[in-house]
Formats: sequence, structure tokens, C-alpha cells
Amino acid sequence: MNLLSVDDLERADIERILGRAESFAEVSGREIKKVPTLRGRTVINLFYEASTRTSSSFELAAKRLSADLVSVKAVGSSVDKGESLKDTVQTLSAYDPAAIVFRSPYAGAAALVARWSPAAVVNAGDGKHEHPTQALLDLYTLRRRAGRIEGLSVWIVGDVLHSRVARSNVLAFTRMGARVTVCGPPTLIPRGIEALGCDVRHTLDELGEADVVYALRMQHERMAGSFVPSLREYATNYQIDGRRLGGGQLLMHPGPVNRGVELSAEVIDSPQALITEQVESGVVVRMAVLYELLAGTPPRGSQTGAGARSRWSSEPQLA
Amino acid sequence: MNGALDHLLDRAPVHSATLLIRGAHLLDPRAGLDAPGDLLVRGGEVAALGEPGSIEAPEGAEVVDAAGLHALPGFVDPHVHLRTPGREDEEDLETGTRSAAAGGYCAIVAMPNTDPVVDEASIVSALRERARREARIPVGFTAAVTVGQEGERLSEMAALAQAGAVGFTDDGLPLRAARLMRQALQYQRLAGRCIALHEEDPSLSAGGVMHEGEVSALLGIAGIPSVSESTMVARDCELAAYEGGRIHVQHVSARETVVVLERARAAGVAVTAEATPHHLLLTDEDVRALDTNRKMNPPLRCEADRLALIEGLRAGVLSCVATDHAPHARQEKEQPFEPAPMGVTGLETAFAALHTDLVATGVIDLGLLVERMTSGGEAFGLRVPGITPGAPADVCLVDLTAEWEVGEGGYESRSSNCAFAGRRLTGRVRMTIADGAVAFRERSFAIGAVA
Repeated sequence: MNLLSVDDLERADIERILGRAESFAEVSGREIKKVPTLRGRTVINLFYEASTRTSSSFELAAKRLSADLVSVKAVGSSVDKGESLKDTVQTLSAYDPAAIVFRSPYAGAAALVARWSPAAVVNAGDGKHEHPTQALLDLYTLRRRAGRIEGLSVWIVGDVLHSRVARSNVLAFTRMGARVTVCGPPTLIPRGIEALGCDVRHTLDELGEADVVYALRMQHERMAGSFVPSLREYATNYQIDGRRLGGGQLLMHPGPVNRGVELSAEVIDSPQALITEQVESGVVVRMAVLYELLAGTPPRGSQTGAGARSRWSSEPQLA
Repeated sequence: MNGALDHLLDRAPVHSATLLIRGAHLLDPRAGLDAPGDLLVRGGEVAALGEPGSIEAPEGAEVVDAAGLHALPGFVDPHVHLRTPGREDEEDLETGTRSAAAGGYCAIVAMPNTDPVVDEASIVSALRERARREARIPVGFTAAVTVGQEGERLSEMAALAQAGAVGFTDDGLPLRAARLMRQALQYQRLAGRCIALHEEDPSLSAGGVMHEGEVSALLGIAGIPSVSESTMVARDCELAAYEGGRIHVQHVSARETVVVLERARAAGVAVTAEATPHHLLLTDEDVRALDTNRKMNPPLRCEADRLALIEGLRAGVLSCVATDHAPHARQEKEQPFEPAPMGVTGLETAFAALHTDLVATGVIDLGLLVERMTSGGEAFGLRVPGITPGAPADVCLVDLTAEWEVGEGGYESRSSNCAFAGRRLTGRVRMTIADGAVAFRERSFAIGAVA
């Protein structure tokens, strides 16, 4: 079983993961934040792209579940020596990991790893395609604060074209019953994005209807591609600031934030912002994902527990 | 014009076959032939045609019992990558032409984007020399329009034509600068030969790896918009009209391009165009699973494009089928979609795939498919094979009822990156006779008795 795309998750699967994360939140409040669930099992973090919060929260998640953890970064590894992805995956799989957490600059790469390895594969970001655990932690954070997701109006604002977070979150929010609108300059909204089940706006004129404003990171290099004429102009049209963010609206951002570009300093520090809580949620949600993927299945070679789950949607067999 | 440049085709020495094909259904729509009959191949020609059982086997002739089979004019592919010189691990002249023969082809045109690029007369000569030793069927070699295919300055087009280049193309890359395209058309008056064009405006397509549309939006993959093709075709049709030149548009993929071509042809521009089996049969929906064997340039577009291509094929705006057979080593395709190279193989599946999905389903009739699969050399001044007495013997025998599964391997080609892998197809080439000699015979196909 793998977690490759939000699209593979039924609403019930998401509910179960969020529920599991709630129970791990209780563990995180303890002095000793560990549970023995994955003792003796190996988790490999394989990152082909720079990451701070995703990789560190997966590391913490694996450690708090008592798994043995190996972190491999492309830089300084055999990848640098020209080893193919397939060979790297097969080599690491020889260590018999229970899970591989994988980030790649390429869409669909996690699915390839899943094909080449018997381990459970967690997609920690594949190109501009998906980042399912980010979407799950966003759902978790929002539900904790707002009490529900069903029926909410969520506006995702910014560079949707280059954002895997946007794609996973459109799928995740809509699956949980929210209405999603993506908003940004026409150069940064991909043609055909409506197929994901969202509305498209190019101005913030109707932002007032949103319950949740989810701002995306605006990368400086987008100016080089002339996707926006200038960050100043972008900020003028799309920055979420104190004037635009209504008192009843919640604000989210996947980080890292460009202060003064997509968000003004005042809203970042406002009580409406969930940005720090999103980071906190990362660990417990990723614990829940690893738990749901691995705890129901016995280690390979084990004689017990014959009924391994094959899909998210099947009944859990909890250890 | 038809066949005027046949002398530029090369192949290894062969023995002309003496072959009596008995009882096949003979089909050549151009000759108005559509009936069971006997066909005698002798001395490199279609020596005789007759009612079933009417032709006596000459002494020493091989008699092929072809009851239940169709005898069609051999196919001609104007667009094949033989990867030689430079990437003989992916394909060479022997394997590439063997693969073509197995697909029913009796002549092919090879692309010049090799390593080194075919941009000097000496390379053309060396390739022709090699083809005379290794090629199973006649091959024509195109040369690059620009030195190194870099789009900076014209290759020595006249000298390349003199050495036997059958046409010019920078295939794989567009001619970015309109000025250079114009100069190539001007030079065409001196060098002759058709200029074949890979049409793509790189300022619109740069970074793209699949069709820009709903599927690419969903996958977060940079798209290649249809207009990157159609705008370049429009530009080049205008230039060809202005200079009185002759162009051939390669692998048309977008419906917008079909419209541009219709308009240009109606205005009298000397433009022909080709479509590939994969663009005629597959769409970006088939790319959802990110199978790298569905990655090529131009990309698979959407259903409306596919239907427009079929209409274009029917109307003749798309005058022929080309495979754009592009072999790639397995390790290069075994990686994520975005960095994987563009291109798929197709010689061995072209007829069967088109027959299965377009003819057997009643979308087009067999005669039309045969016309479009045999006319690929026309743009280059190569002959269009026909089953008429006295014509060079270019014939393929096909079993239209035979079902087979396209495998992961088992190709005559050295590479196996086929877009139709795993598909069940109906229609199988049993034998190919190219310019009078047997070039392919399916192993399980019984060899006839010798008279």
C-alpha cells in the first residue's frame, strides 16, 4: 500500500488518517513522545529535492513511531555519481525498508518507486504534481480550528501553475466537501485546471466569500520566466493583507513565506493565521500516514497477520 | 515526379525473387484492383496478374498459397530514425530496415538527427555505402537543413543533394528563425529536394513534455500548446508560398494545424503533411499513467485533435501516414516522465494498429488506409508502390484476421519503446516483397512449395 496521490483516497480514508493524527497529538503532548508501533522496522527518507519541513517532520514522525530511520539526500549520494533512480531504489530496497518516503522534482516519480520497490511508498512531493501529506496536514489543521471542512469556501491564491500543494489541496478540500476557488494571474493558472473540480478567478474582488484563504508561495524565479511583470505588481494585485483579509476569514500558507510578497507581515502574525499550526500538524499527520500504511501490515517474513490491506479504502487491521 | 528520385534509395544486394502468390485478395485502390487473384513476381517486377489459378508457376518459382490473405502495395514510411551513426545500440541500418520490412514497408526515409548529424556530403555517402551492405529494404537518407541542426546557418544543400540526400529536414527541432527558413526555401531552387519540417515554436513549447490541456493541468506537467505547432505551420506555408517552395509538414498533431494546412492547400501552396499512428489513435488521456512509451514530440493531444487528424487523413490534407519510428534505449525510457526522452517505435505496429482501431471499427476503409500508407515517398519524389503489371514488385501480404498482442519485447527493432505495447491488434504482416526481393517472411508463415 502506498500514498501517492490524494486522488487515491476516499473521504473515509482521509477521516481515518485525521482521526489517527488526533490520537497522536495526544502522544505529542507527553513528556516522552514515542510509541513503539514501528519498532524494528525501517523507514527510508529519500529526497531528490531540497526540503526542510517535509523531511524533518517525516524524520520526527518515523522516530516517534520508534522506526529505524535512514535519510538519503541526492546531493552527496550515489545519485551524484550518476546512478539511475531505478538502481538507487533497488539498492535501498535491499535493506528491506517498510516504507520509503520519496521526494522528486518529477511528476509520477513516486509511482515509479512504488513499482520498483516492495516497500510502502509515501509521496513527499513529485514535481509539480502532488504533495498529499501537505494536503492532509492542511485538512487536519483547518478542521481543528474551524471544526469542519464540509461546506467551507476555500480560496487558493497565487502561483497555481507551479504548485503541487495547490493540486493536492484542490483534490483534498473538494473531497471533504469544501468548495474550492483558485485565484491568480492568468499566466500562473494552468489551462484546464477546472477539470480538478475548482472555480477560477483572476482577481481578489470576490475574496470576501471565502471562509479560508490559502496563499501559495510566490517564487522569485517566476519573474525571470516573465510569468509576472514584477513582484511589486503581483503584491499589489494578489497580496493578502489586512485590508483584504476579513475578520472572520482564516489564513493558511504551506511555507516558507515571502513576507511582503504573497502575505503582509500583519496577517502572518494575526490570530487568523494557521501557518505555525500547519507546521506543528506535520508531525502527527505524517505519523498517522506511516501508521496507517504500516501498522496494519506485518513485516515481511512474519508468519502472523495474513490479511495485508491492499487499498486505503479497505478495513483497517490495526495492530 | 513519381519515382524520379528512386535511384537515391539504397539497400544490400538481393536476389530477385520469382514468386507466385496464389489466391490472395489483391487490393490496390489506385489501380482499381480489389479482387482475389494470382500475382507473379519475377525480375523485380509485378510480372503478371490474373484470376485465381490462372497463372502457371514458372520453373523454379516459389508458390505461396495466400488464400485468406490480402496482397497490398508495400508501404512507404517518410519518417524513420535509424539512429546510425552514433546510437547503434538503439537501432542500426540492418535492424531498422528489418523492423520496417516486418511492418510491411518496402521503402523508408531516414532522419538526419544522428551523432554526428548528417550535414556533410561525406556522411551521406558513408551512410549510402553502409546501406548498400546492410539495409534489407531501400532506404533514402535526408540531410540536415542547418549545420549541426543548430539553426544558425544552412548546410551545403546543393552538395548534399549531389551526394544523394533524398530531402532536407532538421527533424527533432524546428527552424526557429523565419529568415533561415526563407533562405532554405530559396536554396531549394538550387538543391531541389523537399524540405520536411518539424513544426514547433520553441518560445511557446519550451519546457513542455506533454499536450497542454486538462491532463497536463491535473498532472502538474508543463504543457506543449497546440498553437506552438499551428503557428509555425502557418508561418512556413506563407514562406513557401512567397518563395514558391515545396514543404512537407511532419507528424501533424493539432486540429489547428489541419485547418492551417487546408487553407494553405486551397491557396495552392505546395505543402504535404503526414500523421502518425499514435497521433491518430491515442490521446493525452493515454498519458495519465505517465508511461514514458507514450511520450513523444509532438505530444499526444486531445480527442478533438485526434478526430480532426482522421478527417484530415480522409480528406488528403494529411497525405500520408508516417511512423516517426524513434528507438530509445531501455534505461533512457525507464525514468520519470519529465526527463525521459521523446519518441516511440512504430514500424512493426503501424498497419495493425491503424487497421484495428480505424478500419475494423469502420471509421475509414481499408483502401484509404492503404493509399495513405503507401504514399509516404511522394513528397520526396519517391515512387508510390502499386500492384500493376510492370511496376516494381513492392507487395506485402497481410492477414487481416490474425490477432496478436504487442509485447514488451520480441521486436525486430533493437528497441522496444512502442506506444502500443500490451495492445491486442488485428492484422498481421506475413510477408514483404521490396523492390522485387523478399524482405520479410513471418517465421511461422509456411514457405510455399517450389515448382
